[in-house]
Amino acid sequence: MRNREVAPMIFILLLTIVCSWITFAPNDTWLGRDVSVRLGLDLQGGTQVLMKAEGTNDKELMRTAATVIERRVNGLGVSEAIVQLSGENRIIVELPGVKNPEQAIETLRGTGRLEFIDTKGAFVAEGTIVKTTGNPNPVMPEVDPNAPVDPANPAPNPDQTIYESITDGKDLDTKQVALRVATDAVNNKPAVTFAFLGESGTRLGTFSAANIQKPMCIALDNVIVSCPVIQSALVGGSGEITSATREEAEKILNQLKYGSLPVTLSIESSRTVSATLGANSVAASIVAGMVGLIVVGLFMMFYYRLPGVLATIALVIYTVIIFAVHKLVPITLTLSGIAGFILSVGLAVDANVLIFARLKEELRNKRSLARAVEAGFDEAWPAIRDSSASTLITSAILFVFGNSFGVSLIKGFALTLALGVLLNLFTAVVVTRTFLRLVVRAKAAQSLWFYEIDSETDLREQRTAS
Amino acid sequence: MKSIVRLRYIWFIISLVVIIPGAVFFAMYGLRTGIDFAGGALWDLHFPTKQLNELNTEAIAEVFAKNGFEGAQVQLSTVKVNGVDVSSAVVRTKELSAVNPKDQKDAVVAGLTAVFGTVEPQELQSVGPTVSAEATRSAAIAVLGACLAILVYLTIAFRNAPNPVRYGICALLAMLHDVLVVLGMAAILGYAIGLEIDAYFLTALLTVISFSVHDTIVVFDRIRENVGRRRAGESFEDIVNHSIVQTLPRSINTQLTSVFSLTALLLFGGVTIRNLVIILLIGLLSGTYSSIFNAAQMLVVWENREWRTWFRKQAA
Repeated sequence: MRNREVAPMIFILLLTIVCSWITFAPNDTWLGRDVSVRLGLDLQGGTQVLMKAEGTNDKELMRTAATVIERRVNGLGVSEAIVQLSGENRIIVELPGVKNPEQAIETLRGTGRLEFIDTKGAFVAEGTIVKTTGNPNPVMPEVDPNAPVDPANPAPNPDQTIYESITDGKDLDTKQVALRVATDAVNNKPAVTFAFLGESGTRLGTFSAANIQKPMCIALDNVIVSCPVIQSALVGGSGEITSATREEAEKILNQLKYGSLPVTLSIESSRTVSATLGANSVAASIVAGMVGLIVVGLFMMFYYRLPGVLATIALVIYTVIIFAVHKLVPITLTLSGIAGFILSVGLAVDANVLIFARLKEELRNKRSLARAVEAGFDEAWPAIRDSSASTLITSAILFVFGNSFGVSLIKGFALTLALGVLLNLFTAVVVTRTFLRLVVRAKAAQSLWFYEIDSETDLREQRTAS
Repeated sequence: MKSIVRLRYIWFIISLVVIIPGAVFFAMYGLRTGIDFAGGALWDLHFPTKQLNELNTEAIAEVFAKNGFEGAQVQLSTVKVNGVDVSSAVVRTKELSAVNPKDQKDAVVAGLTAVFGTVEPQELQSVGPTVSAEATRSAAIAVLGACLAILVYLTIAFRNAPNPVRYGICALLAMLHDVLVVLGMAAILGYAIGLEIDAYFLTALLTVISFSVHDTIVVFDRIRENVGRRRAGESFEDIVNHSIVQTLPRSINTQLTSVFSLTALLLFGGVTIRNLVIILLIGLLSGTYSSIFNAAQMLVVWENREWRTWFRKQAA
């Protein structure tokens, strides 16, 4: 008998310790992993847009468009951004924490400007944002002064010089952009071939003839992507960019070929929340969550006495696990997710309430404490199982529905609710049960008063009633 | 406590007393749909340098009209930001342009700044007509899908009880009761305090559906169990009554804990999810009521085939 509780108890203890460790991890890092809480747009501010491609539903084209947008999002320096295809011809973009969301969206949606620029013989570092005659006012990324600097990928430094654009991106013939792999002794390096049409082609020919052996930089949306050295004149505007490695060549190829958006995107819906409003919501939710937990805990302890105390401990464990899961996976925390969580606190108690009600009945039927505990769990199980299943079904439908809605708020709620129901089963059936089994053996816990039975008359009354 | 089942028609009448006024409001005024389903744009603007009485709705609407948003509906209020009262205007307009939303927004903000000083857009949502139409369609599919899935599940879960389909249908009818209560109350609240039907509302409605069934299952589970242990001379009515009495403390206590946590959310949880919480509170109350006073009672009505006497009484 005694050994039966040892394993679950150790498991519960370990789980609680690990989850508390994750939840209260110093600097939000746990075993080298970033476990900071991800806040949704409604909590930290930011914008979400649903963009629709006009006149196409070509899968390949849409995927290319999403890749282009993703690259631009990275260029904006927004962390935790989401770029996602939705349905046949829609792209969802979520930019948390941007200060000027409309401007950012404009940048993402632009068709993309590919320019060869004259840097007067200077090499410009990759990733530098430059002003060009084609676009003298590029969007500068929002640099967070508190953000840690990644030495491998430093924040791009804006360059104040306005460089002259030699070509215009719209003149690039993307059909002629191709990868050429090393073939013979002369052409022994991988390269990307390209061709400019029209005026840009002529200008590029003249410029390259005059600047052989000098670098010429390629800028995409005003960000330097590469500065190859001109090997020979690019007659008629067509030529090739050689590079040391195949990977390098492929990168340039992608920049040239997919640098510009292949489709026109219009904005179907947008949601923007300011950071102030988000911060207010976070503060309000924390208060609401704490108050809810405390009130429910007090109620359980006063009404159900000793089992209520155990259930409240289980509830705290439940909260710690839920937070740890959110931080570890990570699951983005939204306002509706918090509502789902607070609701699940009320629900978490339900399974316990069911069990304790049965326990009390069994005690009234004059069963021994230990047997009443077992019977209470067994009898309450079918109801717990069936009701949890129905909530899981609804959560699943909400989740799928939320997906087609393109709105993360419903999905957040559904996910938290489903997670709550599952964890509920665990805390009620494993945690509370193990606690109860251990406690009912303690000498100090033998009085039936602890289990809501006030006197002998309580027992008799019940017998005549039933 | 024998009387709970005996008074079943009284319980049904109480339900009707709640549902009928809601239905009347629903028929007369409909639901007030938010931009998620109706389309359009919602602007939440803060005016940190102005007192509420220095703002006026017409002047704000006029600025919007000048910038291509005719018929803007403006609502003024004071909100607390970091403990400081700030004047705020919530404005409903048609949706932003799909092509140049930024220019439109900038023009409106510039226009308002010229009249009222600093303007801080706190929230700006815009939903185009295709998206809102799709949202409405998926909402209907979601609700129907949830009902169907639960009916199937209940029939399977109660397959060992006699007449498993009855349990499913009665649970579903109780659920329908709760949906009607929620819709009716939403219609009344829409008329009275401007409660809008948005994505949050739908989330709340689906949650109510699942909780309604959750509650009903607990009661039905007891009935199923007690039917299996039926004693001689015990009628189905007695069993149902007995089962309700047995589950009553649990129903009330679960209801109470949910109400506690939801009330905390309502009082401290901020404005954004207030509608969600109001609907959840109404729905949960209705769900507990219907599982005790409607779902189980309908099983008795069905068992006794009481509808045969309904019309006879009328004729007599």
